[in-house]
Amino acid sequence: MSRCETPADSPGLPKSREGDPVFAEPWQAQAFAMTVRLHERGVFTWGEWAEALSREVHRPARAADGADYFDCWVAALSSLLAERGVASEAEQAALSDRWARAAEATPHGKPILLENAADQDQSPFSPCRSGLDVD
Amino acid sequence: MHIHDHDDDHHHDNHFSPMEARVRALETILTEKGLIDPKAIDVIVETYETKIGPRNGARVVAKAWAEPDFAAWLKQDATAAIASLGYTGRQGEHMRAVFNDGETHNLVVCTLCSCYPWSVLGLPPVWYKAPAYRARAVMDPRGVLEEFGVTLPADRKIRVWDSTAELRYLVVPERPAGSEGLDQEALADLVTRDAMIGTGLALSPEARA
Repeated sequence: MSRCETPADSPGLPKSREGDPVFAEPWQAQAFAMTVRLHERGVFTWGEWAEALSREVHRPARAADGADYFDCWVAALSSLLAERGVASEAEQAALSDRWARAAEATPHGKPILLENAADQDQSPFSPCRSGLDVD
Repeated sequence: MHIHDHDDDHHHDNHFSPMEARVRALETILTEKGLIDPKAIDVIVETYETKIGPRNGARVVAKAWAEPDFAAWLKQDATAAIASLGYTGRQGEHMRAVFNDGETHNLVVCTLCSCYPWSVLGLPPVWYKAPAYRARAVMDPRGVLEEFGVTLPADRKIRVWDSTAELRYLVVPERPAGSEGLDQEALADLVTRDAMIGTGLALSPEARA
């Protein structure tokens, strides 16, 4: 008998009614759709994807209500892309950092562009531009 | 300083969470490498948000209730029977339909990650992806069903099906009493998403009305 796993010890199950949105925020939809597309393009099989996602969702300290599911999804996508040699974790992290800085530097109401990121950019990955940073 | 001031009034006009920034970065990289086209991404999001959903599955179930031949086909080769209605999986997964009856109630879970029959049910609800559901559906399915408001007779067996990336399950709930005169469209209205996962039952026509 594994008493530690009886329902009394588990939090209540979260429930959602039919028609409730499945994406809490747009980035979740984006991450989902990119994965579907990459699979269609043959970058990975669905079995490989399920395995990568499974690794992430089985890490300890996950939210019991599944609220961090798409965090796991993004982590799985990141690591699979690194494994496939599409972009290393360092490249991904540097570019993420640059996007975060671009957002901070963009006034409200203006589109957030990567170019808006402040200078001193160390990113090995600089799309669209050749070494010329805009300030 | 008055209380209505926002602390982000200065240069923090916009802010990306780490996840937002990471997804933007992936999108940039994948677009640059020609692996995705942002327009195609938008189409996928829109399709899953508006065109694919549990109504697809409800039509499959309604047809199975109304047409014994289709039910037999669905039981034997769900992938082909479902595809005949135009619902095919993007992941090339196989479908299996499991039928509830007076002896057995079926419940679907994915303990591996959260494989789900997208083509017929759309995207999974939040709870389906929660560790609590995934763990408890296997260990205590009756308790899980009760939390969803489903109380089954004590002698009803509960069979739990664990989905994989290759094989996904669709529960065909029992046709409710009082639905004899209804056409397939009206029948489909009785079939909820939860009924097709097994955490619910089909609605009775009175409950629907």
